[in-house]
Amino acid sequence: MHVTIRLFARLREMAGAQEIRRTLPDGSSVRAAWDSLVTEFPGFDDYSRAVSCAVNEEYARMTTPLSDGDDVAFLPPVSGGQS
Amino acid sequence: MSDPRFRVTSDPLDATVVSTIVSSADCGAVATFVGLVRNENGGRRVLWLEYEAYEPLAVKAFARIDEEAGERWPSIGLAIHHRIGRLEIGDASVVIAATSPHRAEAFAACRYAIERIKQIAPIWKHEHFEGGETWIEGATADPMDEDARRMAFEQCT
Repeated sequence: MHVTIRLFARLREMAGAQEIRRTLPDGSSVRAAWDSLVTEFPGFDDYSRAVSCAVNEEYARMTTPLSDGDDVAFLPPVSGGQS
Repeated sequence: MSDPRFRVTSDPLDATVVSTIVSSADCGAVATFVGLVRNENGGRRVLWLEYEAYEPLAVKAFARIDEEAGERWPSIGLAIHHRIGRLEIGDASVVIAATSPHRAEAFAACRYAIERIKQIAPIWKHEHFEGGETWIEGATADPMDEDARRMAFEQCT
């Protein structure tokens, strides 16, 4: 199946791309998409514990199953607002 | 039609406009919070900030924060506008307006909203300071983290 991966902030900079397309085995979870990035981009593994994710513009879990055409976003730790 | 209460925008923010969205005749109070870009952070002289958001999810996060606040303070109204793009020192990065019949709930809901934005909204801050730049990374964005939610409530009471 094909998925689109969206990256933000430092993850986007490290990958040098905002959007990446990936082909994953059927039945893959979000974690499979993440693992494919960790393999390709040095530095991503530093975020394996802190990253969160969304599927099709809804918060998701690393265990969330993916379907063909899904839109997966990886969110590094956030810093919105202003203290 | 998008909900005017929850916005991510590259345009300058106006606290009066945001307050008006949630004001009505039964409101006795409006509490506003305006977050500003400060010229110093952790001993660094900040030159400007660049905010980046995952816009559709950020707007949903704001609506979620409103629902959470509404469970605790049923009579409130809440509006949240967050700016993205390059912001200069003194610019407003976020405006929150909380309305209610009485002031206590308005203050509390406003405080809750800013604490939750910092915990879960998919918004990132790229700090450009004298001598370099860095992404400010705070909390793992997990709206299901009940401990974080409890901590945000504790800030308000």
